[in-house]
Amino acid sequence: MSRQANRAGDPRKVNGELFTLTYGALVAQLIKDYENDEQVNKQLDKMGYNMGVRLIEDFLARANMGRCNDFRETADVIAKVAFKMYLGLTPVVSNWSAAGDEFSLLLESNPLTEFVELPSGHNNLNYSNLMCGVLRGALEMVQMDVDVRFVQDTLKGDNITEIRLKFNKRLEDAVPVGED
Amino acid sequence: MTIFTFYLFDRNGTCLYYAEWNRKKQLTMSKDEEFKLMYGMLFSIKSFASRLSPTDMKEGFLNFTTSKYKLHFFETPSGLKLILNTDLSVGNMKDVLQQIFSSIYVEYVVKNPLCKLDQPITSELFKYKLDEYVKSLSAFQTSKTAS
Repeated sequence: MSRQANRAGDPRKVNGELFTLTYGALVAQLIKDYENDEQVNKQLDKMGYNMGVRLIEDFLARANMGRCNDFRETADVIAKVAFKMYLGLTPVVSNWSAAGDEFSLLLESNPLTEFVELPSGHNNLNYSNLMCGVLRGALEMVQMDVDVRFVQDTLKGDNITEIRLKFNKRLEDAVPVGED
Repeated sequence: MTIFTFYLFDRNGTCLYYAEWNRKKQLTMSKDEEFKLMYGMLFSIKSFASRLSPTDMKEGFLNFTTSKYKLHFFETPSGLKLILNTDLSVGNMKDVLQQIFSSIYVEYVVKNPLCKLDQPITSELFKYKLDEYVKSLSAFQTSKTAS
């Protein structure tokens, strides 16, 4: 019952700072636990993946959306619906590859890094790497194998944060045993 | 009107959940076998429907009717399949299946980190909520007065 009570009051909003600071604490702990930035990136990606796998179901339930017909439609849904729903911002979709299988999400502000300054000696850390995992995990659940990585990051002195998504292949439905 | 059974399959064909309410004829085969058979049939019907369709399908396979019962099918883009068997007098159950997905499965399974997503659901809360919801449906309730 308590779940329903929470929902009635303030359905899906949580204080953004709480989220940012919790994420910061998570990254700080990972930096303590692991020896180098690569391993931290890997852990963040893994955690994000596990979140994305579940988050997609929540997204589909809320957005009540059908299947995307192509990668451009997918890009639009990610930027205009999903980012808006979960982070309250709308990244710009740009830098399409000629084949239409790669694009970038440009974020002017990144809510995860609101209070963050990267200390020196962490040049390889992708602070918001969790996001990559989330996108990868969520898209995998709708049969899309996609590579996601940061190519620009305001934390590293770039003007903008850029996440690059590359479509690899469509994953096929599982065939029941005994067929084919 | 009556609701007979409910099946929930994941994208790999694992039967995550099965429930029955007014199933009169029990099958002789094991439940596992029945689940496999059911999934195989759905898989075949889906590809059958999409191959035979003269136009681009929006929703694909939705339901089929025999002389005794009606099978309602709903699939999410993530490959989760929900099936409800009812008697013939029941209308479109798409909204009901959508509702089971979004306010029962997502709420009590996906948002429960202790529930593994690729294994049969053991959560009592899920079981309870689903049972409560199905029994509250008008399609279910009228059966009591009728029978």
